[in-house]
Amino acid sequence: MKGTMKKWTAAALAAAMAVSMVGCGGGNSGNSQASTASNAKSDAASTQSTAAGTSKEGKTLNIWCWNDEFQGQFNKFYPNVKEVAKDKSTTTLKDGTVVKWTINPNDNNNYQNKLDAALQAQDSAKQDDKIDMFLVEADYALKYVDSDYTLDIKKDIGLTDDDLSNQYKYTKDIVTDKKGVQKGTSWQATPGLFAYRRSIAKSVLGTDDPEKVQAQLADWDKFNSVAAKAHDKGYKMLSGYDDSYRVFSNNVSAPWVNGTTVTVDPNLMNWVKQTKEYTDKGYNNKTALWDDKWQSDQGPAGKVFGFFYSTWGINFTLVGNSLKTPVKEGGKEEVGNGIYGDYAVCKGPQNYYWGGTWMCAAKGTDNAGTIKDIMKSLTCNKDIMKSITEKTQDYTNHQAAMQEIANSDFKSKFLGGQNHIKLFSEVAPKIDMSKTGIYDQGMNEGFQNAFKDYFTGNADVAKAKANFEKTVKEKYPELTDVKWPTT
Amino acid sequence: MSTGRPPKKGKHISYAKWGYIFIAPFFVVFLIFQLVPLGSTIYYSFFQYFRSGLRIIGPSFVGMKNYISLFQTDLPKYFGNTMLMWVAGFVPQILVALLLACWFTNERLNLKGQRFFKTVIYMPNLIMASAFAMLFFTLFSDNGPVNASLVSMGILKQPFQFLSNVSGARGLVAFMNFLMWFGNTTIVLMAAIMGVDPGLYEAAEIDGASSMQMFWKITIPLIQPIMVYVLITSLIGGLQMFDVPQILTNGQGEPDRCTTTMIMYLNNHMYSKNYGMAGAVSTVLFVMCAVLCLLVYASLTNDNDSARKVRKGSAKS
Repeated sequence: MKGTMKKWTAAALAAAMAVSMVGCGGGNSGNSQASTASNAKSDAASTQSTAAGTSKEGKTLNIWCWNDEFQGQFNKFYPNVKEVAKDKSTTTLKDGTVVKWTINPNDNNNYQNKLDAALQAQDSAKQDDKIDMFLVEADYALKYVDSDYTLDIKKDIGLTDDDLSNQYKYTKDIVTDKKGVQKGTSWQATPGLFAYRRSIAKSVLGTDDPEKVQAQLADWDKFNSVAAKAHDKGYKMLSGYDDSYRVFSNNVSAPWVNGTTVTVDPNLMNWVKQTKEYTDKGYNNKTALWDDKWQSDQGPAGKVFGFFYSTWGINFTLVGNSLKTPVKEGGKEEVGNGIYGDYAVCKGPQNYYWGGTWMCAAKGTDNAGTIKDIMKSLTCNKDIMKSITEKTQDYTNHQAAMQEIANSDFKSKFLGGQNHIKLFSEVAPKIDMSKTGIYDQGMNEGFQNAFKDYFTGNADVAKAKANFEKTVKEKYPELTDVKWPTT
Repeated sequence: MSTGRPPKKGKHISYAKWGYIFIAPFFVVFLIFQLVPLGSTIYYSFFQYFRSGLRIIGPSFVGMKNYISLFQTDLPKYFGNTMLMWVAGFVPQILVALLLACWFTNERLNLKGQRFFKTVIYMPNLIMASAFAMLFFTLFSDNGPVNASLVSMGILKQPFQFLSNVSGARGLVAFMNFLMWFGNTTIVLMAAIMGVDPGLYEAAEIDGASSMQMFWKITIPLIQPIMVYVLITSLIGGLQMFDVPQILTNGQGEPDRCTTTMIMYLNNHMYSKNYGMAGAVSTVLFVMCAVLCLLVYASLTNDNDSARKVRKGSAKS
């Protein structure tokens, strides 16, 4: 009797062990756990036909992105949103489809690595775990556009040329693959700008009028001399090392990589030269993009003349940072709260663009109908696009709608009554994204990081160059050479 | 086992089987989760195998090419970084731990609130290393509380950029490692000291030995095996240092790659899922760990003369 008891106990223990081991081995992509529970329910639900009549549509729409920008936009402006979960992890649509948000931060290629792994497992994933839609940025859009993991938004999804006719051409070009197939669509056009503090401009230049300020910042020489003036008055021209990077990196003569050779454009070395000078002379505040000091420089305590930003920067970052009492703590986005109303925008020394987000439909999706509706509503619908711009200050990808706002008496309270849409509608058509490539994000990050050591005085130029080369070879083993400009 | 009954004659029952069954789970787990990955890591270190965008390149056999290119990179520098930050954290760690262990175990001092302090000094070890690093990142950021208080107290005129300074960044990593591990070491050393026969101390006191003499002549020699254990475990942990500097420097190993440890370098290769190079780094690290451990172990246990030298040397520093 005792013997059998022991045997049973041992067997039970061994079984428990085996089960727990299997449990360990089974966890695949990290975020699958949460989904399994909800899948059981939605599987059952999906057998019933939906009200919309699209009986083949899945009940779960998985959207992957790297921050909550699109999520906020979606929840606010997509007409079919029924309710948003308290923790914002899901959004329920009117037809019962549950939108599941998977957000992986961008830093250090994290988003792309996770996305790549998930896309490669797409075929074997359960229908409701498959990625249906994902977002990409300009820096690496081509990587996905040139792959088989994205769907043709016209043939496969069903958008028509007519739907897309009002979008800026460059927003379509960048997501068009080598065969001429358009694989994504965007709700925004992202011309770059220089957002400056009106009060500081008045004190330094004697005027805060966007056109007069622009005249004094029209090229880099003028910009530098304003920086010196601002410094004399106790202000910093820019906040950090990387602030002006995009202006230089967008005005290069060739893409980063040709074959297996990396070519560093002379203009990037101009950025290095300028930033070193600014750092040594105290024209900047030694911050890094997105760090908390950089963010606080944009707020009431900041002493920074201005920020190079793109259109989305206004609504996504600048408005929130300008407030003294954040919205979370009961503050309102209105004049009088912090420096709301003290910013204005101008074109800056050179045309450039920064960022931009495209929606792509993933191969293997079972929600093509919903995706079509989302894309159509959020990137082609004139009324929605117009209201996005009016409510969030973002510049949307609909030329007719933007033209209308530009010619109207639209005034941004945040920008002290300026109609910035007018300015953007002049520069947006000039955006040139022909120099982008699949390596941009890794290269840009690597370059900024390597030269940060030079700015802080921890390395000389040669050392920073060597460190950049090391980073390139670590990130992209297939690239063999790095060519530096001769000057 | 507990019954103590002698086995019946003629019917020999072997319980060995059960022993094997009970230790089997460890070996099964070890085999699946340790030995097989170890084998495949070494195997892939001879292959070219990475991802370029969404394309997978390889695996194709390239022989020793990964190792050759590995030694053309800054590997020695990263090894140096790792060892430097480990030593800078370990020396204060062992000294403070030894001191605290002596105080806590000293019956004459009979410190009050021991339990409280033991818990407190162990606390940092209970926090996740990444959370701890995040905390320090915030504390020591350019406009963090440390800088703010230093400036407002008038000690500094301008915020000191800890994380943009070679010794600042390295010092923070070492300091965090020290904070996280000295409690643990204290507990281990206390156990060792309490294992020493009290009779020895009594005898020494009767002979008129001072407490310093008792410490150097009785405590230290007798807890030597535990010290070796602490040194080796800490060395292995130190060589695998990753989470603290990774989080603290946002994965960059800044400034000038001076806080890039061996494992962070390995992690850099995972950007492109480069299993070949990453495998080569791991294999080199594995060999280094083994060699260092053997060296330390041999020099501290077998040869008594050299053991004493090493001990004195480390105690002085």
